[in-house]
Parts: sequence; C-alpha cells; structure tokens
Amino acid sequence: MELKANNISFSYNKNRHILKDASISVESNQIIGLMGDSGSGKSTLCKILSGYISNYTGEVTLDGKPIPDKDFYPVQLIFQHPEKTMNPKWKMEKVLNESWQVSQELKDTFGLKDSWLTRWPSELSGGELQRFSILRALNPKTKFIIADEISTMLDAVTQVQIWEALISHCKANNIGILAVSHDPELLEVFCDDILKFDEINNL
Amino acid sequence: MSETPWYNRGLFSSLNLRQKTLLTICLTASVLLIIFICGTLINANLPTDFTIKMQPPSFEHPFGTDWMGRDMLIRTIKGLSLSIIIGIGASIISSIIAIILAFIASMNSKCDEFVSWLIDLFASIPHILLIMMISISLGKGAFGVIMAVAFSHWVNLTRVLRAEVLQINTSEYVALSKRFGKSRFWIAKEHILPLVLSQIFVGTLLVFPHAIMHESSVTFLGFGLSPHEPAIGIILSESMTYLAMGAWWLAFFPGVALLIVVLLFDIIGDNLKRLYDPSEANK
Repeated sequence: MELKANNISFSYNKNRHILKDASISVESNQIIGLMGDSGSGKSTLCKILSGYISNYTGEVTLDGKPIPDKDFYPVQLIFQHPEKTMNPKWKMEKVLNESWQVSQELKDTFGLKDSWLTRWPSELSGGELQRFSILRALNPKTKFIIADEISTMLDAVTQVQIWEALISHCKANNIGILAVSHDPELLEVFCDDILKFDEINNL
Repeated sequence: MSETPWYNRGLFSSLNLRQKTLLTICLTASVLLIIFICGTLINANLPTDFTIKMQPPSFEHPFGTDWMGRDMLIRTIKGLSLSIIIGIGASIISSIIAIILAFIASMNSKCDEFVSWLIDLFASIPHILLIMMISISLGKGAFGVIMAVAFSHWVNLTRVLRAEVLQINTSEYVALSKRFGKSRFWIAKEHILPLVLSQIFVGTLLVFPHAIMHESSVTFLGFGLSPHEPAIGIILSESMTYLAMGAWWLAFFPGVALLIVVLLFDIIGDNLKRLYDPSEANK
C-alpha cells in the first residue's frame, strides 16, 4: 500500500502559505523520517495526511484512491502531547479501548501495567500516556502511522523502548510509518529514508 | 480571610473544607426533605374554627391563625412543599430544554447562531412578564406555572453549556474520536456529557430558588395557582387584606419561611458547585 500526498498547498491565513505544492509518499513496508525546523509546517502536513485538516488544495490518496472520511481513518496520527488527546473524565481503560479492544500481548510489549488502567489521565506521566495513545492508534484497520514527535518528551531509555515496540509491531502488520522529529540521530537509527521538510515544500 | 463563615468556627472547626461542604449539603438537603415530606403528608383542608380566628403566634399555634381559625404553620409548610414540587418540575424541564438546545447549537454554525439568537431573545424579555403570559395561555394552575418558569429559565444554563460544548468540541480528543470513526451522537454521549454533567447538575439546582420565587410572585399577582391551594403566594396575597388590621403574622412567617427555603437551595447549589469545581472554592 502507498500513502501519497500530491501538490498539497495550505495556508492558515490568506497572505502567507505554509505548505506549497508539497508532495510526499510512504510505502507500507517503509519507515520514512521527516525533519524540519520549528514552525515550518511539519505538523500541519501531518494533520492533512491524517485527515484533521480538510480545507487544503491537492490530494491525499491511499493506493491511488481518496480516503473515505466517515469511517475509521486508516491513517492515524499520534500527537506530541498525549495528555491533550485524552478526555480528563475518562479512566485509562476507556481511553485505551476507545478505538479497538487492545490485546493483552500488545499491552505487554509496550510495558503497559494493568494498575494504570484504573487511573485518570492526570495521574500518569507523559511517557505512560504516550504508550496509551500509540496503542489505541494501532487498530487492525490502521494502515499508516504518522508519528509527530511522539518521543520528544521522553528520556532516552523510554524512547528506545517505545520505538522498538512500535516498529516491530508495524513491520509484522505491514503498517507504514512517517516519523517526524527534530532529532537527526534518532531518525538515522531506524528510518529507511530521511526527508528534509524544506526540500519537499516548495515555498 | 478575615471573615470566616459559620461552618469554619466552633463545633465544625475540626473538619476539613470538603467534609464541611458535604455536611452543609446534607443538613440543608435534609431540612428541605423534611419540609417536603411533612407538606405532602399533611392534609391542608383544615376545618374552619372561628373560636380561634386571628390569633397571634402562641405555643399552640407558632405561626398564629388566620381569619378562619386555620393554623398558619400547617398552611405554610403545605405551601412550601407545593413550591418545592413546582421548583423540581420547573428546574428539570428547563434543564432538559437547555441540554437539547446546547446539543443543537453544537451541530453547526447555523444552528449555533439560531440558538444564540433564541438566548438573546428570551433574555431580553422580563421574566415576570413572560411567566405571566405563558401561565395564562396554559390555563394557570401548577402546570401553567411549571411550564412558564421552565420556559423562562433555561437561558443561563444553555449559555453555559453552549460555551462548554464549543470548547470541548475543539479539543484534540474529540478530533481524535472522529478519526476513530465515532458518530457525532456517540461523541456527545461519551465525551461531552461526562464533562458537562456537573454544570447541568449545579445549573438545575440554581434554577430552584428562581422557580420558587417566581411561582410565589406570579401566584401573588393572581396569574398562578388557584386560590384554594395554600401556596405561599396565595397566603401572602390573602394576608394583604388583614395586614392593616395588625395581623402581621399572616404575612411575616410565611414570607420568612419562603426566604429560608430559597436560601437553603442556594446554599446547596453553591456548595455542590464547590465540590465539583474545587478551583471555584478558592475564589
């Protein structure tokens, strides 16, 4: 499968474009890294690819076909700040199983403790919450994962743990990853190819 | 904090703020419950006994008796329980209206504009006028008053809920839920409702005092409950005739009792708000 974005242009206000004719393509057996400066529009591109922003020009296709918006979206975005993506009045168990019934095996690979499930989001640390937000994005219907700086606030050990678990699951299930980061060393470790955001964005 | 409230002094000083808040809620709620239960159990069709008519307050008749020799304490309690029933009906109906309208407002910007317009429209009409008109057109009586108060008091809660829902709808977890393919109704039920439940609860309780006051005033003016029911408004308007003759107890005690009931509801509402929103308590 191939996730392809063709000639994407987008602007938050009329006068200043943030994306201009940007194109990117990810195969489902690939891990592509994307690097760029702060505020250059990486996250905006991520949101367009995963369907959060719809008023752009250009097209996003999955195997040449446009992605239907109504049902489960096969391109899932994992946010930089997991605490904002969880309803503060939900227990973690409900948060985890919102998109699908996560298997025990997967919980173990990501080091998710059962005692966390009965707590509120505000009672867990950023690293613990990020495991939850990754797990719930790994729905069987997910074809691509967009990881928007998912490990920036984690220490080196936790970063490795989380990435290893995520990559091994994606390799096994043929899920493509677009990893966005500031950190070239991190991307060089596991990416098949690293793209510079300035080069794909014709601004 | 030079001024400490009553529950911070003496007997209750060993409790923490949360326990005190709970205690206050329990005490006020039980007082209201006792009034309500007594009122429903009492038969208010008191026999007229002209040998004890127009007696000032005594140990036998703490609130005095009226011009037909009926005990005013019993009539007042019956009137208060009637007020509480009307309060319950009106605040529940007005909350339902508020929830529905807030949900409609969250659909799209056109609906939102319509609901905002409706809020402005109803907020611009004087309450008492609106209540009188609705009550008359629905044939007065308890039903008319409940509907009238409900249809004039949904405005505040709707305004609060609309703003809350707008804010929640822009959050990342709602956006994420949509990407998971969840329906709009599912999101409203699972994501938004738990977050606004406390607002709904407090909002409903805070309509109570308004409902009771408006019920009495509209009944006093003759557009509410029918005269044979011993509502506080009826008691007060009847007492007007005898005030000039010095029968002050006919108006004084029922009026004070009404004020106390309203205050009790207000105390419950404020304390519940503190429980649900602790940041509010520090203001």
